[in-house]
Amino acid sequence: MLQHSIQLHSIDYVLLVTYFVFVLGIGFVLRRQVSGSKDFFESGRSLPAWICALGFIGANLGAQEVMGMAASGAKYGIMTSHFYWVGAIPAMVFVAIFMMPFYYGSKARSVPEYLKLRFDEKTRGFNALTFACMTIMSSGISMYALAKLLNAILGWNFHGCIVVSGVIVLAYIFMGGLTSAIYNEVLQFFLIVFGFLPLVLLGLKDVGGWDGLVQKLVKPATDAGFAPGTFTQSWAHIGSASSNPMGVEWFGLAMGLGFVLSFGYWCTDFLVVQRAMAAKDMGAARRTPLLAAVPKMFFPALVILPGLIAMALHSAGGNFQLPPKNGGLDYDMVVPTMLSYYFPTGMLGLGLTALMASFMSGMAGNVTAFNTVFTYDLYQGYIKKDGSDAHYLKVGRWTTVVGILASMAAAYAAASFNNIMDILQLVFAFVNAPLFATFLLGMFWKRTTGHGAFFGLISGTVAAAIHHGLSLPHGADVGIKGGWLGAIHVYPSEMAQNFWTAIFAWSTCFFATIVISMATRQKKSDEDLGGLVYSLTPKIKEHGVPWWQRPALLGSIVIALVLVLNLLFW
Amino acid sequence: MQLDIRLPIGLLFTVFGVILVIFGLVSDPAIYQTHSLGMNINLVWGLVQVAFGAIMLWLAYRGKKAKA
Repeated sequence: MLQHSIQLHSIDYVLLVTYFVFVLGIGFVLRRQVSGSKDFFESGRSLPAWICALGFIGANLGAQEVMGMAASGAKYGIMTSHFYWVGAIPAMVFVAIFMMPFYYGSKARSVPEYLKLRFDEKTRGFNALTFACMTIMSSGISMYALAKLLNAILGWNFHGCIVVSGVIVLAYIFMGGLTSAIYNEVLQFFLIVFGFLPLVLLGLKDVGGWDGLVQKLVKPATDAGFAPGTFTQSWAHIGSASSNPMGVEWFGLAMGLGFVLSFGYWCTDFLVVQRAMAAKDMGAARRTPLLAAVPKMFFPALVILPGLIAMALHSAGGNFQLPPKNGGLDYDMVVPTMLSYYFPTGMLGLGLTALMASFMSGMAGNVTAFNTVFTYDLYQGYIKKDGSDAHYLKVGRWTTVVGILASMAAAYAAASFNNIMDILQLVFAFVNAPLFATFLLGMFWKRTTGHGAFFGLISGTVAAAIHHGLSLPHGADVGIKGGWLGAIHVYPSEMAQNFWTAIFAWSTCFFATIVISMATRQKKSDEDLGGLVYSLTPKIKEHGVPWWQRPALLGSIVIALVLVLNLLFW
Repeated sequence: MQLDIRLPIGLLFTVFGVILVIFGLVSDPAIYQTHSLGMNINLVWGLVQVAFGAIMLWLAYRGKKAKA
């Protein structure tokens, strides 16, 4: 079997080491630009929009995305692109046009701090704590996935991989702070493009172009009992959950994924919002998600298409075979198998470097978001309120060390509990899904109160837990997958269950927040809420701004483009 | 003076490109038969990267001149 013994040659190592030299070199050079906590945590709010935009994509483009999207592409076909064309892109346009004015325009330095200004201390504390835990878990899982992969395909030492990746990420964040993380995310963006584009081009040529791919994917679709075009048409087969491999229907998909989960992630997760807040001015901050949306909408071609090609080659029964796992296929091995199949030594080094870069910058993104939230919202908020700026800079640097050590611990936890991915996904659905309702009401309805926000959030989380406890995906055992309160409903797939958990959580939070807000007194005056709520914030003037810098117009262009993509691959 | 990110990007891809071009010229052509559909992908993609790296370096140089 090819995939368990990728042989690297000295030329591949030369490329890998060159990349690490650059990563550390960037941190080393940027070290001199960090003179205060604002430089370290917010890049001094000085970066141009295009750098923030590529960092915005890069921070999100971690292991889960690169390996996971290819795996889903092989498993579910082009429907996976809904994560982009229904999910990410509309949410990115929304955060740019409607929410960035309040994030960037208020004095908040983080998402939890916005919650403190808009609502109260307890809402901020709740968000800061859950967010800090989630970032550490995500970063640990990235680390674990990297070490496990390198161990499996190259035979490298598992512990060695954990320590080395941790130390490298630590070194460049410790020296250069957020700027260093963002610069490396930009570098990684280009590496992924240069590492994966030739893979896709070679693969497409091999299967006979798009038409050849469509033909070759008829067999796996009909073999599984679906219509012939199921793997290559994104909308045509989601009238009912039983007619597609994902097991979802259009309403659950549009509401659960498109509205609740995607908006919850892209609009409220500080990991991505932090990149836009590092921009040099309001215009640049609002353009960040919009500029990011343009390459993002074409990413399915880089990360999902390899999965489709792998499936086509696999079912054609040639030399290319995906490794088996538990009676099915090991979809996580799509990317490594494709790399070793199409790339000779040399390009193989580049491909692996791109893969490692994506794992590490996914980790770095989490760690920089963690150290900012910890330092500003937990340490300054609750432990030491009136330290000097130099003090907080020092705390931030050492928090980075703590963050990396905690990530390592999380990586080992992931290695010993094999369902830690499920746990992370649950925490995410329980905590992030209701959060978007809180922000929507907070930003657009000035009557929303602190008690309303806090207890609304809690009830959304509880609703998510109850829904999870009462439902079960088809064929799963009672436990971490749900049903622990007695399964009264069975979903056709885990994804369908996940989308509907989010829908319930969001709706409960939305209505509970409204009801509790009506019943409680608004403690904040209109003056307090200026710059934080839509109706109390002066509109941004766009006189003299060239058309290509106007968010509303750019957003419309992005939406039009993504509509065309949906129609093309209907 | 802030580091212009186009400089490290340009440098990295130029170095990567040059390494791959040289390797593509000296490597045994047989490896391309078993992997990349017979195409010398190291040479071809190396050249693409050199071109990209050069453009980035040129942009960084122009940016520096405009500031000075």
